[in-house]
Amino acid sequence: MTPPRKRQVRLVVSLTLAVLLASGLIYTSFSAASPALTPSQLLRQAHPDTNYQLTGTVVKGSVREQRDGVLDFSLADRAGGGPSVAIVYSGTVPAPFEVGRELIVTGEIHGSRFVAQPGSMITKCPSKYSAAPSGSSA
Amino acid sequence: MALVGRIALALALAVALYGVGASVHGARRARRDWVDSGRRAVYALAAILTVAIAILEVAFVSNDFAYDTVAATSSTTTPLLYRAAALWSSQQGSLLLWVWLLSIWSSVAIYITRNRLRDVVPYATAVLLGFGAFFASLLVFFDSPFAYTSPAPTDGSGLDPLLRNPSMLIHPPMLYSGYTFFTIPFAFAVGALIVRRVDADWIRVTRRFALASWLFLGIGVILGAHWSYYELSWGGYWGWDPVENAALMPWLISTAFLHSVMIQEKRGMLKIWNASLVLAAGTLAILGTFLVRSGILQSIHAFGASTLGVPFVILIGVMVSGSVYLVVSRRDILRSEHVLDSLLSREAVFLLNNIVLVALCFVVFWGTFFPLVSKAATGTAAVVGPPWFDRYTVPLALILVLLSGIGPAIAWRRATLANARRNFALPVAAAGLMAIAAYTIVPIGSSPGVVLLFCAAMFVFASIGQEFWRGWRARRAMSGDSPPRALYSMVRRNRRRYGGYIVHVGIAVLFIGVAASATLQSKRDGVQLQVGQSTVVGGFTMRYVRATGSVVTDPANTGAVLNIGAVLRVSRGGHYVTTLRPSTGYYPAAATVIPGQAIESLIGATAVSQVALQSSLRRDLWASITPRGAPLPEEGLIAGADKVIAKFRPSEQLAVAYYLLANGILKHYLKYPPPATFTLISSPLVMWIWLGGLIVFLGGLTALWPAPSAIRGRVRARYLARVAQELGRA
Repeated sequence: MTPPRKRQVRLVVSLTLAVLLASGLIYTSFSAASPALTPSQLLRQAHPDTNYQLTGTVVKGSVREQRDGVLDFSLADRAGGGPSVAIVYSGTVPAPFEVGRELIVTGEIHGSRFVAQPGSMITKCPSKYSAAPSGSSA
Repeated sequence: MALVGRIALALALAVALYGVGASVHGARRARRDWVDSGRRAVYALAAILTVAIAILEVAFVSNDFAYDTVAATSSTTTPLLYRAAALWSSQQGSLLLWVWLLSIWSSVAIYITRNRLRDVVPYATAVLLGFGAFFASLLVFFDSPFAYTSPAPTDGSGLDPLLRNPSMLIHPPMLYSGYTFFTIPFAFAVGALIVRRVDADWIRVTRRFALASWLFLGIGVILGAHWSYYELSWGGYWGWDPVENAALMPWLISTAFLHSVMIQEKRGMLKIWNASLVLAAGTLAILGTFLVRSGILQSIHAFGASTLGVPFVILIGVMVSGSVYLVVSRRDILRSEHVLDSLLSREAVFLLNNIVLVALCFVVFWGTFFPLVSKAATGTAAVVGPPWFDRYTVPLALILVLLSGIGPAIAWRRATLANARRNFALPVAAAGLMAIAAYTIVPIGSSPGVVLLFCAAMFVFASIGQEFWRGWRARRAMSGDSPPRALYSMVRRNRRRYGGYIVHVGIAVLFIGVAASATLQSKRDGVQLQVGQSTVVGGFTMRYVRATGSVVTDPANTGAVLNIGAVLRVSRGGHYVTTLRPSTGYYPAAATVIPGQAIESLIGATAVSQVALQSSLRRDLWASITPRGAPLPEEGLIAGADKVIAKFRPSEQLAVAYYLLANGILKHYLKYPPPATFTLISSPLVMWIWLGGLIVFLGGLTALWPAPSAIRGRVRARYLARVAQELGRA
């Protein structure tokens, strides 16, 4: 085989492998993904038996800790003002959990409540890069 | 001083824009005076921004709450070190830090190259100043760090307690240094492509900056992982979060570049590839900065609705389209001078290493941006979790570790069978012994992935050890030096080579830690214990001995007003192992007492877990406690105390609140401790991750350290000989 021909074969083999791998990547990402929704989106489009990643802020006055370690609370959209989703959660509650804190839970919808997987709660790192607070700047 | 700061930023923008114009004009008209003026604009930019950042830092340290950003992110109760670090906790402060570091590193690069690459440097200067102008304009027109309020509030909101960790002092500056260093090779690549000077000279000049960016970003990533490991709520040391991924992507690409650049230097090959890698790494660094601010992806880093998304998208669009145009339009001069002689050669191994690294980067990129892809395709954003990432990254990482053992030992151009036998007999035997040990002595045989990685790592240790041994023996034979001196002298004279080898060892050590801790970890999540009760984690019995607490005295010096914790006695097979003391800190929610909510004012802000850790080379024992009650412990008592406090005069309420917190609420908690929730982990070899990171750092530093002048002279002579040879050929 001549060197240019050899290079052509190598190129074709490499490109074929790359296309195959990329196809696998795309296929598996769609099949393994969980929809990531806000509470208002969840209420609009959730289906039972589907795993969702829910992101929202803890609603004031919604937190109730049961004796058996189960925590009930509600999450609303970060922008505020929208509807909220009742969450049932068991497992470790990270210390930063508090009213107004933005967090992520993973789980399924059962009736009107979102049952989060135990230990799936992730509280977000503080809002480092939010827009500056408005003040009477001079 | 805020006015001086604003003027400084406006001046910085003007100087940067002037410098862009002067450099381009000087380059196009071949006017040395204009080029010099453009260079001086870089130094001026650095000086002006140093003034600006110093003004803001002084405001933070001196509690000048007239500045909005100081009031929003610091307070009088925030400890001094964290007040100093609060500068980069806000968007405005972090952008100022970014552009300041950019100006400093740019000044260093432009100063070093003041008498070299005279055709390339003006365009590189223009690109660097273009970045400076972009960030300065964000601070002038969109988000000024010098906005202030009059009259000034008496106190600020304080640095979020979650950020009161020693890593906050160094992790963000390291990441930003890494990101900003990437702009230098990017700028020189653009300059070289514009003037069609695509030999290895611009690479030689900027390689050290590429290495520095790789090193700083790597340290930043490791420090971030270490910080995340210590936080209860951030999912361990690596969670494939978009912001973690944003820092990892340019690091992977620059790792590829640092390898493939050797092929261009030695053989004049892979020119298109190298130019593309440098341009991609620079663009990914800006993409990382953008991701942190855009809010386009869900992340544990909770980004607010920043207004800076559009300018960043425009900048990235310009960088991508400009890069593609330059590479495509210069493809004729970017052709390789030689072809690959054999697939069994160091060039081929480096090429494979590059393909694996780029594939890793593509996997991370696809997984990170998949929410946007899925939203565009299906209308609903969806995320892929760690299992999806692991499916691809684990085998690719395994190949990478193996290649880091093959690369240093295989011959350039073409390896013969005899060469392979001579160089790989020992590493293969070491890997084989490891496999036998994995199934007989060390109890890791049940995890084939871990066994494979241990074998690959052992292959790397043997291969690198063999290279060190041969080099050291030859050095001793040549110089007759004592053994330690011969080793020192060998590394000193070949810093790049042996620094690289040390990095390979560090990476193998790091991956051993990752593989073992990720697959062999034992975890009890959310286990409720009363005093006297115990639970078993990974063969260790952990007993809740007693509750602990303190008011005002914060052992971690983070400014917590109340600390509630536990003493856990750890034993194994009836023998005492250690004592763990996890705690949770409660922080002030307000600068002054809120009427009717005095205790909440003192401790009602975000509570933060102080994880207890007993770390050793073999295993980490990790414990956190969440005291009963959400969000505050003893809520019934707190309500009662608030009523009592309300009866006192406002000037006395704070003192009474402290008294009742210490002598009422805390005492009651300690006397009748309710059940507490614990997360308990026993994880093997986690320390190997940090140890591997440290070895990588030392190796990187060895490679980065300037070579002795005599060796530099030899390198220069070789370079001149090559130029002369090329001129003769032309």
